[in-house]
Amino acid sequence: MIPDPVPLQLTAELFPNGISRYAVGGLLVGLGAVVIYVGTGIAAGASTFLESTLSYVSGQSRFQQYVSSRDWRVVFTLGIVLGGLAFAATVQSGVITTSLYEPGTTGELYEVGGVTLWSTDVQAWRLLLGGVFVGIGTRIGKGCTSGHGVCGVGSASKTSLVGVATFLTVAIVTAQIVAALGVSP
Amino acid sequence: MSEARHPLFMPLILVGGLIFGFGLGFSQMARPEVVLNFLQFEDFGLLFVMFGAAIVSGIAFAVLPRIRDSAPLTGDRYERRLKPFDRNVLIGGAIFGVGWGLSGICPGAAYASLGVGNVSILWALAGMFAGAYLQGVWRSKRAAADTAPAGAD
Repeated sequence: MIPDPVPLQLTAELFPNGISRYAVGGLLVGLGAVVIYVGTGIAAGASTFLESTLSYVSGQSRFQQYVSSRDWRVVFTLGIVLGGLAFAATVQSGVITTSLYEPGTTGELYEVGGVTLWSTDVQAWRLLLGGVFVGIGTRIGKGCTSGHGVCGVGSASKTSLVGVATFLTVAIVTAQIVAALGVSP
Repeated sequence: MSEARHPLFMPLILVGGLIFGFGLGFSQMARPEVVLNFLQFEDFGLLFVMFGAAIVSGIAFAVLPRIRDSAPLTGDRYERRLKPFDRNVLIGGAIFGVGWGLSGICPGAAYASLGVGNVSILWALAGMFAGAYLQGVWRSKRAAADTAPAGAD
């Protein structure tokens, strides 16, 4: 056999699952944000939902400032959940097959009523403790991967570019340390 | 809100969320393992999700204000509502980074993860609500203390 040329080998090493599922998924994420922006002028982020929803049960002033947007943020989040379910019921279940989708080998697949669902192997304590930091950090830092990462970077906001550079760098360092300590997955 | 919203406002938000969530499922960013593999430099594909999405939204943010003045469903102007930069962007970003690197999940991806069947992600969602609540209580107290420095409370 003739070995692949070096650029192809390098590509396969950097992108073991190809790039098409990532690129198509990213375009759809952007499209979802754009649909909302075109119709409403709102550059939506996902983490404000955490505080706006807390305003239903807590009178703290910090949460009450989001009362006017809390209803549509619930609908936006419901849409994201249902969008994930629609993906599971179609592509993940094999009802729709496309060469653009690389299924990969992470986690566990299981079936409920003919729908192929997926579950993570990442340990519960990592999800819970990480979630607490995510909840604190996104709200103090004025945004998350969607508000800063998609909408903010998309509008070339310097605040968002600095925010993304900060959380991306710290996340890389954190994940590498956790992996080096032998925690897996 | 008492003011009447356009009847298509909520349906449009739902459709936008559906596309957004489907994209997070398709890209597998809704899988913490895939995010962790990216952060551990084992698979750089996730860059295409973040930059792909930012490019699409960037084109819309740049082009729309030249075509129309305001959004049809709200009448709001298409304008950049830039968040002011201060120390909190760095502090909050760093705290978020610790959480993202530890768990491999961010808020939007967590909602989509629940949709693809990942019931375990409820741990992360519980953590996120707890974290958001903690910072909210603390900052509400501090804001109250700032506005009434001589208060007896």
